[in-house]
Amino acid sequence: MKKEDLPQDKSKLENFTREMCYVKNKKGEYEQVLSSGWDVKAEALEGAWEEVENRIEEAKKSVARGALSPIVYFMELNIMDMSTLAAYTGFWRISIKRHFKPKVFQKLSTKKLLIYAKAFKITIEELKNFNGKD
Amino acid sequence: MEKTKSFDHIQTAHCENGVATSLLRYHGLDFMSEPLAFGLGVGLFYIHIPFMKINHGPAISFRNMPGDIFKRASRSLGIKIKRKKFRSFNAAQEFLDSKIDEGTPVGCQVGVFHLPYFPKEYRFHFNAHNIIVYGKENGRYFVSDPVMETVTSLSASELEDVRFARGPLAPKGHIYFPENVPKIDELKLKKAIVIALRKNSWWMSQIPTAIIGSSGFKYTGKKIRKWPTKIGVRKSSLNLGQIVRMQEEIGTGGGGFRFIYAAFLEKAATILQDDRLYQISDEITKSGDFLRASAVRMAAIYKGRNTSQSHFNEVADGFDEIAELEQKTFLKLYKMKFNINA
Repeated sequence: MKKEDLPQDKSKLENFTREMCYVKNKKGEYEQVLSSGWDVKAEALEGAWEEVENRIEEAKKSVARGALSPIVYFMELNIMDMSTLAAYTGFWRISIKRHFKPKVFQKLSTKKLLIYAKAFKITIEELKNFNGKD
Repeated sequence: MEKTKSFDHIQTAHCENGVATSLLRYHGLDFMSEPLAFGLGVGLFYIHIPFMKINHGPAISFRNMPGDIFKRASRSLGIKIKRKKFRSFNAAQEFLDSKIDEGTPVGCQVGVFHLPYFPKEYRFHFNAHNIIVYGKENGRYFVSDPVMETVTSLSASELEDVRFARGPLAPKGHIYFPENVPKIDELKLKKAIVIALRKNSWWMSQIPTAIIGSSGFKYTGKKIRKWPTKIGVRKSSLNLGQIVRMQEEIGTGGGGFRFIYAAFLEKAATILQDDRLYQISDEITKSGDFLRASAVRMAAIYKGRNTSQSHFNEVADGFDEIAELEQKTFLKLYKMKFNINA
């Protein structure tokens, strides 16, 4: 990449930092230059977040319908997947999958709820009282 | 307590290169720079792991395993690195404090998700970020994060969160620092560079597996061709977006690390006084440029402008082109003989 081709587009890094890029200067040598961003990847990041928001919205609706437990919603809200949640809680995936069922979730002990609440950095009340409706 | 003596923050494209560069420079290796650390660390790579998913998308990497760059770079120069992982945060913090009291800046592996000075949009569950902790004052730790323009600080509890993030590649309080740094003369550096060049070209051109090295690009291309019919345009768009982020996002220096490596080759050419390496450097630059062009084509798909099969084919053709170029280049590099004693 030539130095004059390095894009300086707006990105989410604005006000945080600029990133270091390696470009060729007029002499044909490599040089380090800071870039504020590139539209192409800003849009890729945006797309990824749209998908995250979709998943959160889907989870919220499922909780409101009573099809899934709030754990699913908070898992999506924290951009976690099963393996990450399993690592944060120490539960097996198969148990987590069971806890996704509202009926099983109702009967969870306070101890287990506390583990989930800690993983999501919320209180037990927030976890228990989330109904996906508001 | 006062700040440790003359630790200089160095901004780099990639976090691990940055930690390696800063720490080695701190210990007296003034010639160390990011491209050199990356090159000596045999950093350039490509792999497309089938069946595995990262953030619901394809598992692709343009570099070697996290942690390997520093490991290999220091090993090649005969530098010993001390590493420690911990079960409990208290033990981890005690050890960190004792190192800071000694005045030694240390590298820490951290998770990005809880990192407060990162923009929210960049905070996914990625656990192989690297920072340097170099001091402490009023309960706050001084942090030099190589991808940031300036130094920052973290409280003890923030540091606990990031050092004990969980999930894949969990850091477990991983802390590391060079233990003894010998004097490195020019001959030793030359030898290390030659070995690193050979190792890197071996990884890229000699592994007879479709998913690793230059041929990996071809494998990805093949997958891309099938995506629209197999998983639909929407999911394929997300997958392409993920490839672009892996390739271009902060930490790569652009073009999937190719430009950093080309800069290393340029440096190697100067140190070894070997003009053939300038030519290899140009070819890797070209590969980086191809990757940038390919990112633009992929962007047109995930922005929803071009979404027909022919556009996916174009992207895949681009990947084939990169595979061919890198295969040829690295094979040439692999077969090259160097005379370092001259």
